[in-house]
Amino acid sequence: MQDQDFILQSRGLSVYYDSTKAVTDVDLDVARNRITSIIGPSGCGKSTLLRCFNRMNDLIPSARVEGQVLFDGLDLYGHDVDPTEIRYEIGMVFQRPNPFPKSIYDNVAFGPRINGFQGDIDEIVERSLVRAALWDEVKDRLKSSALSLSGGQQQRLCIARALAVEPRVILMDEPCSALDPIATLAIEELMRELSEDYSIIIVTHNMQQAARVSHYTAFLMVEEARIGFLVEFGESRQLFTNPKDERTEAYITGRFG
Amino acid sequence: MAVISQTEFQQRRARRKWLGRVFHGLCLLSVVIALGSLAVLLVYLLVQGVTRIDWSFLTSFASRHPDQAGIKAAMLGSIYVVIIAGAVAFTLGVATALYLEEYAARSRFARIAKINIANLAGVPSIVYGLLGLQIFVHSLHLGNSVLAGGFTLALLVLPIVIVAAGEAVRSVPPSLREGSYALGATRWQVIWHMVIPQAFPGILTGVILAVSRAIGETAPLIAMGALTFVPFTPDSPLSRFTVLPIQIFNWTSRPQAGFHEVAAAGIIVLLVILLVMNAGAVILRNRFQNKWE
Repeated sequence: MQDQDFILQSRGLSVYYDSTKAVTDVDLDVARNRITSIIGPSGCGKSTLLRCFNRMNDLIPSARVEGQVLFDGLDLYGHDVDPTEIRYEIGMVFQRPNPFPKSIYDNVAFGPRINGFQGDIDEIVERSLVRAALWDEVKDRLKSSALSLSGGQQQRLCIARALAVEPRVILMDEPCSALDPIATLAIEELMRELSEDYSIIIVTHNMQQAARVSHYTAFLMVEEARIGFLVEFGESRQLFTNPKDERTEAYITGRFG
Repeated sequence: MAVISQTEFQQRRARRKWLGRVFHGLCLLSVVIALGSLAVLLVYLLVQGVTRIDWSFLTSFASRHPDQAGIKAAMLGSIYVVIIAGAVAFTLGVATALYLEEYAARSRFARIAKINIANLAGVPSIVYGLLGLQIFVHSLHLGNSVLAGGFTLALLVLPIVIVAAGEAVRSVPPSLREGSYALGATRWQVIWHMVIPQAFPGILTGVILAVSRAIGETAPLIAMGALTFVPFTPDSPLSRFTVLPIQIFNWTSRPQAGFHEVAAAGIIVLLVILLVMNAGAVILRNRFQNKWE
């Protein structure tokens, strides 16, 4: 890869749930201000891998992580690292939109508030909603319930909520899988715009989506003996048109998975 | 070709439908028995007691003469005791449930504790009365006071609150917790800003059940030494007291018919207080529930 500016790098990263290995020895370099997608068949450990990057796996008692994840050179799993601080800098958008049962305004304001932000919350809320391409649709009803929004709007609200704490990286775990095609396109368009300022990692089931939006793609696979190992990683254009590994080719042409 | 023949199918279908109707009927019968007996009880009480309810009944103390007997002391005693019991059980119960479900969720300790708490809910209430007598009345020197009574009933209903609050805390969707953690929230912030508000309606349901139970309890308060004849209102937390169920029990055990009317009137007052408290809690719960849906 020509792009040598990496914001996140995993080295020998493995994840266990009790004694089951769910991610095996993954080395992945995530380029700054680019979109990196992780694809692969169901159960290949895509989401588990993604959740290593903001230490969400810490919340699962049986999960154990081995190896390193470097965030601008800092080991996220180092002894003196507080996961709370990591999650403040590395935001996440989930598979199903999960707006809080609060007002639209309070959803966006939640992150800045809990992190002790003292300045102008109105301004942050507006800027985040504009950035998430939702402002025009909700500016007249900021005080109404976030649950009154459509699925696509809810997901953009969740993106606005993540943007409000101004993270450097945004992790997206199949952000469009619960959305219709039109809402999906809106999110993809948004991701392209956001990639100018943010580094994005997206897990997706949808290979067209990975090909459309991401600069780099990682292909993870599961075999009987090994789960969640990296088969191929490279520029999306090359991976989808001219894969180096025959397993990648088999997957992207729809012969399995 | 079907798996069974046409005629056989028809016979079995008739039988299946008949079974369905029988079950439907049995369920209806249960409703009639359950609600019917309650209705009979209510009508009986109203007929017997409603004429005795007037302002002087509510503002007079107990008396040797049925026509002068009032319920003031017992009514105030019940209200004070139940407020103390509710407040203590709510505070301790919610905190315990949060500890068991959030902080120690998967520990062996939490598992054993939860099993035991569920069992505690089934311990006869008189046992709590003896416990209260020993701990609050004697060891802590609170005497046979309103405070000791409230604490005793709090212990009695604590398992109900813990179980209900634990249920409510568990039912907060993981996606909301994850969403909060992903924004950099600490565990304390997730509990305070997400779990408690979401669980609150369920917690209140538990408190409603607990208070309803507490207000009707007689045995533990008799065991811990509440009075049966109280010609004064409790004026401090350490004052002696009686409660409605004790007063009612006392009246029903008198031979004079006049006291039976007074007892019926007392039961009506008890039911009204219960209803008002429950309605208040339900209104409160609905306000939390419907806010954002």
